[in-house]
Amino acid sequence: MILAAAPTAATATAARAATTVAAEHHGFLSPTGVEIAFLLVGLLTFGAAVVTVTTKQLVHAALWLVVALGGLAVEYLLLTAEFIAWVQVLIYVGSVVVLLLFGLMLTRAPIGRSPDADSGNRWAALTVAVASAGALVWVVVDAFRTTWVELDGAASGSTEVTGASLFQNWVLPFEALSVLLLAALVGAIVLSRKAKADSAAGGMKAAAPRVPGSRDGEQDKEGVR
Amino acid sequence: MHLAYPAVLAALLFCTGLYGVLARRNAILVLMSVELMLNAVNLNLVAFDVWLSRAARDTLHSGQALTLFTIAIAAAEIGIGLAIVLAVYRNRGTSDIDKLRDTAEGHGPDSDAPAAEKAEATA
Repeated sequence: MILAAAPTAATATAARAATTVAAEHHGFLSPTGVEIAFLLVGLLTFGAAVVTVTTKQLVHAALWLVVALGGLAVEYLLLTAEFIAWVQVLIYVGSVVVLLLFGLMLTRAPIGRSPDADSGNRWAALTVAVASAGALVWVVVDAFRTTWVELDGAASGSTEVTGASLFQNWVLPFEALSVLLLAALVGAIVLSRKAKADSAAGGMKAAAPRVPGSRDGEQDKEGVR
Repeated sequence: MHLAYPAVLAALLFCTGLYGVLARRNAILVLMSVELMLNAVNLNLVAFDVWLSRAARDTLHSGQALTLFTIAIAAAEIGIGLAIVLAVYRNRGTSDIDKLRDTAEGHGPDSDAPAAEKAEATA
């Protein structure tokens, strides 16, 4: 046991020495400007995300999601991943949120406060979320306590670097991804148009359950207003 | 930069999205929470890619390439998801996922009305 423990102790000492060197080199209690900016934007992003999942007004949730996703784009910029940041702005802030707002409007989501936005199991959900957050943060902080990212020098995520690596090493997944996007496009069209058999065989019968539903929706909306 | 900053932020965002998926009732709000979870994973991928490209001289940039793929797949997912939600809304008149209990095993007290509605719809 002692023989086995000796090398472990030696490695532990070496690791501790490396840790102290790293800590002296960087310093835990003297954050750099990038770290302070990252922390502030991160707090904003996290707050916007929390408001997104807790607010009672459905449209406001989509608008707070814009703040959270834009904050993440700023975080990517601070991590010197420029291309990802602009893709994030274009795709998430530009199109995904617009799609979500379209969906909210098309399903006649109430404009004002809707008291039944959260389901009955929100306390169980809160317990699960807080427990997993605690476990994840503990594990992550414990694992990467002494790891530092060097952000000086050339940007590691500029458009040139990302494009070169994407089209030199990742061409086949890129092409497969374009096929997947095509399949998603066709699938969305097929899903969202009315089934031809329905409209041909029983137009009245198929339309009958829909009409009261939509009328109810309108009445709900007027009642909310 | 300390690597714990982006890692902790990603963990917190992921758990926020987890809460949203479990607690929200509207299907579109659940999709928004799924987007939050995907973005947390993207932040992790970017942070670790930047770290590895400096510390291990990794020139493959697999993290950033995977982030781009994740963003594209998330866009496809939101398109398909919204199409499904709209189809459900057109057939049922609601996008409340608590009321879509056709495949539930133990029916609750309010199971008669949706069952009758479904029978009417399929008749």
